[in-house]
Parts: sequence; C-alpha cells; structure tokens
Amino acid sequence: MIASQFLVLAAALFALGVYGLLVRRNAVLVLLSVELMLAAVNINLVVFEAMWRTSEAIGQVFSIFVLTVAAAEVGIGLAIILMIFRNRQSANVDELDLMRW
Amino acid sequence: MGEWLSQPVNWVYLVVGVLTLVSAFRVVTSQNVVHAALFLVAALGGVAVNFILLSAEFVALVVVLVYIGAVIVLFLFGIMITRAPTGLDVALDNDKKLPAALISLVVFAVLSYATVTTFGNAELVEIGTATDTASLARAFIGRFVVPFEVVGFILLAALVGGIAIARRDLTPLEEESRRSV
Repeated sequence: MIASQFLVLAAALFALGVYGLLVRRNAVLVLLSVELMLAAVNINLVVFEAMWRTSEAIGQVFSIFVLTVAAAEVGIGLAIILMIFRNRQSANVDELDLMRW
Repeated sequence: MGEWLSQPVNWVYLVVGVLTLVSAFRVVTSQNVVHAALFLVAALGGVAVNFILLSAEFVALVVVLVYIGAVIVLFLFGIMITRAPTGLDVALDNDKKLPAALISLVVFAVLSYATVTTFGNAELVEIGTATDTASLARAFIGRFVVPFEVVGFILLAALVGGIAIARRDLTPLEEESRRSV
C-alpha cells in the first residue's frame, strides 16, 4: 500500500462533494455534499497518520475532532433548514434571495 | 503495478474504493432525496473500510456509530420534514451542471496532483498493525485535553442552539391560552 492510492480517493470524494455543493438546489442535499467533503478530509488525516506514525496518533485525534464538529454542524444546519422551511415553505437554496441586491 | 496488484489488500482497496466513489457519485446525482441520503450510508461505509485498511480501527468505528448511526437518521428526519412528497423530483439540481462539473474536475486535478507529487511514494505501515486505542485516549486526556473540552462545549452549544432555532415560537394568543390552563 502506498499513500497515493488513498490520496487520490480522497481527492475524488472531495471533488464529488464540490460538484454536489454547486449543483444541488435542496438545502438538505447541499449538507449531504458537505459531509462527503468532510469524509475526504478525514481520509487525508488518517493517511498522514499512517505515513508518519506519531506516538500519540495525532492524525486520528484530529480526524475525530473533525467528526465531532461535523456532527454539530449537521444538527445546527438542519435546524436552520427546518426554520427556513417553516417560514418560506421551501428548502431550495436558490429561492432564498431575500438579501440579494 | 504487478507487484502492487499481487497484494490482496490492494484488491480490497480497489473494490471498496470503486464502491465508495460510485455511491458518492449517486449521492450528488440521484434525483430522489431519500436515495441520496441512503447512498451516503454506502459511501461512508466505504470510507470506514478505508480507515480499517489504514489501521485506524477506532476512527472507523466512530464513523459507523456517529455517521451511519446518528447523522443519517438526522438527515432522513430533515428530508421527511422539509418535503411532503418523497418521490421523484426533477428540479433537484440547478442548470449549472457543466460549469460545476468543470470546477470539480479542476479541484480533483489540483488536489490529486499536489498530494500525490508531494507524498505519493510514501510507504504506509503494514495492515494489521492497528493503532491501540489507549494511545488515542492518552492523547485526548493528555496533550489535547483543552481542545477536547472545547469540542465538548461546542457539542453542548450546538445542542442548545439547535433546540433554540428549531422550536416554534408560540403566538401571543397561544401563549395566553397556555398560561390560563
């Protein structure tokens, strides 16, 4: 196993997340794409840990921090989407143009 | 390449990697919201298998527990609440597919070029030499104890904030009727 196989996989996952982020209209699906990008970042962190093997497994520690913050982000994000849906009867991001100039 | 293919672990990697990428592709292209969320389960499962290949068992289990166990359920709830008909919806994507595909291709090219030319040939540790969870625990309680507590506080703040944002404020009339009960 060499590092580049996992690095390419992570880059592909991140690019797919970017595509979903740009293309999707539904806000829940935008959040799903963000999850893909966060998973790609986690793969990179774990790969670097497997390369250098620090005594405290720092790469894995940081990937768990990323996981935790991502879980908090999903909770808050879905609460905001719920609020928007309740006020505007739509969860499409391109219809939220209230502050558009 | 032949030597690379002779290792069975690389075959596992190939199969799981292809499955991960196909399900990730379906996450961003599926025209059914529920299917997109369920394909995310498959993609994250593939990511967890990759973590096990990279001898990060604890992180893999955390991904399975937190993501596949909890976050996906949250997503499915969000989908159920924010759209009554959970069937086919053609207007799920906007009409900027080609520029978005170009941008994501550029992102992929730049990211993979940069990381592979910098770290590509580094040998990884052999599979089977798992990180022991005790060293992770020592890192959390020792060197990273302050970030650890801060992350715990962030989770609490997110919990309270989520409740505060998502709860419906009572109208003055409802408030009056509740008080009189």
